Amino acid sequence: MTIPVDLSTTLGNAWFPTPIFTASGCASSGKELAQFFPLKDIGAVVTKSVMTKPRHGRPTPRMAETPSGMLNSIGLQGPGIDSFLANDVPWLLEQKARVIVSIAGETIEEYSTLARKLRSVSGLSAVEVNISCPNVENRGLVFACDPDASRRVIDGVRKTIGGELPIIAKLSPDVTDLAAIAKGVVDAGADALALINTVLGMVINLDTMKPHLGGKTGGLSGPAIRPVAVRAIYQVHAALPNIPILGMGGVASGRDALELILAGASGVSVGTASFGNPTALITIQKELRDLLAARGFATMQQAIGFAHREETP
Amino acid sequence: MSTINRNAIQQQVTIVGNKRVGAYHQILLNVGDLVKSCKPGNFIAIAVGGDSSRMVLRRAFAISRVSDNSQYGGTMELIVAPHGSGSKWLCAQAEGVDLDIVAPLGTSFGIPTEPINALLIGGGYGSAPLFGLADVLKTRGCKVDMLLGASVGSKIYAPMEGKRSVNSLRIYTEDGSMGETGRVTESLLQIIEQRAIDVIYSCGPMAMLAAITALVSETDVIHQCAVEEAMACGIGICMTCVLPVTNSDGTTSMLRSCIDGPVMDGSYVRWDLVGKVPEVQQ
Repeated sequence: MTIPVDLSTTLGNAWFPTPIFTASGCASSGKELAQFFPLKDIGAVVTKSVMTKPRHGRPTPRMAETPSGMLNSIGLQGPGIDSFLANDVPWLLEQKARVIVSIAGETIEEYSTLARKLRSVSGLSAVEVNISCPNVENRGLVFACDPDASRRVIDGVRKTIGGELPIIAKLSPDVTDLAAIAKGVVDAGADALALINTVLGMVINLDTMKPHLGGKTGGLSGPAIRPVAVRAIYQVHAALPNIPILGMGGVASGRDALELILAGASGVSVGTASFGNPTALITIQKELRDLLAARGFATMQQAIGFAHREETP
Repeated sequence: MSTINRNAIQQQVTIVGNKRVGAYHQILLNVGDLVKSCKPGNFIAIAVGGDSSRMVLRRAFAISRVSDNSQYGGTMELIVAPHGSGSKWLCAQAEGVDLDIVAPLGTSFGIPTEPINALLIGGGYGSAPLFGLADVLKTRGCKVDMLLGASVGSKIYAPMEGKRSVNSLRIYTEDGSMGETGRVTESLLQIIEQRAIDVIYSCGPMAMLAAITALVSETDVIHQCAVEEAMACGIGICMTCVLPVTNSDGTTSMLRSCIDGPVMDGSYVRWDLVGKVPEVQQ
């Protein structure tokens, strides 16, 4: 008989019964996955990054499978914040799901506008500020690749949203000094960090002998990028041990989730694994509980950053 | 916005048959009661490659037909072309192997309540779901004619038992190795007129579906087509399989072919914009 493990976790002042969340952009707004399991059974639903206006996204082909991963090039297709708040959020709250709304903007002002709209919505657990979507027309608009722009986005959201809703800044691994960017957004008011967004990649089609994706480049996800995620989480947790990290990047099993937690993640988002297995989140959650119990952890929180402990002879 | 097929479930099923038919494999799955919720046009998403596979995404296949009175109980038939690594893996699996499936997914062909004159048009293995559809249409008293086309004869899928469910079958190959030389669209308008066709049901390459839509645009024929776009998930969460489709207000939306399709009204698909992005309408 195993001792029940307390899986609960916190990000800023938000509490979650388990650390296993959907990943933004990998669960739409939750309705489809609800066909396979009750959304209240997982830690939280992180919704697809929403912008102020409806958006078509990028042309097809939008995806290419790669070894142990895939490239996507969606380009933030979505209904716009007004429709999203009117339709999707109330439905999610009805399901008793914990909801983290992910927002994305083309300008620093757009993020503040989105934050202002969220301020009046009750029942949300947190806001994820996606400053690192790789699928935008202009790479110069990937705020998370620019320390100053990252800080200004988070500063704008913080000033708009006040202290009620935890702010999670989603960062890109495609930078030289991730810890420096992480420190910048924390100084600007981020309560937590989401690591990592997809890694910029490309596939060339041998029939057309041109880039396969309509948007030419895409974001690489899946188990192929997991070691990059583990490294990023480990580095940032070492630099900022008191800042909670929502980890993601190729998690497909309980073992993978535990790896990210040991590196320093307080929560783990599951993205691409849901494409291959709609019940992946539930399986991962169960496996994580068993793995923690087998290692003698009474709570998940004891395992956060455990890989950083000093070796005592 | 429409929603995921309410009957979709994830299930472990067993392969009870796998035989080569021309260029394709006919794979039979024992799916039990799941057959009761499968309709012609629906598709299935299958995990491929086993637990340690480097293939992380499911593969989507049209459900060819289902039967609830075989010796195994409820069975589902798939016609699979071993093209890529996932379909090759599936075609190499023997009887007795278990598969992780999600089904039934997507929309289905609309079945008329009145007996009508139906024309079923299949390109390559796209003909697979049309035989199951033909069975259903026949039970509704419809007259069912079928046109099948492919580049070469070995890529025509037309099983003997399937031929019994149609009133007539015409085959076209581009190299003339089977049936008439040419494409299914060759004398489509004459066939529509001669046989007083009310509805066309089609499944095959996108270029074929677009060509049929263009030909019937000046007629009263309804064209229901099963579209094909690369999918990562099949359950509506990845947003990769989108197609530009005209809304009732004249605007265009990028709809998911796994949720709002695969069966769509051809006249609403913006074939000219496939692979492009519609202009933003505020």
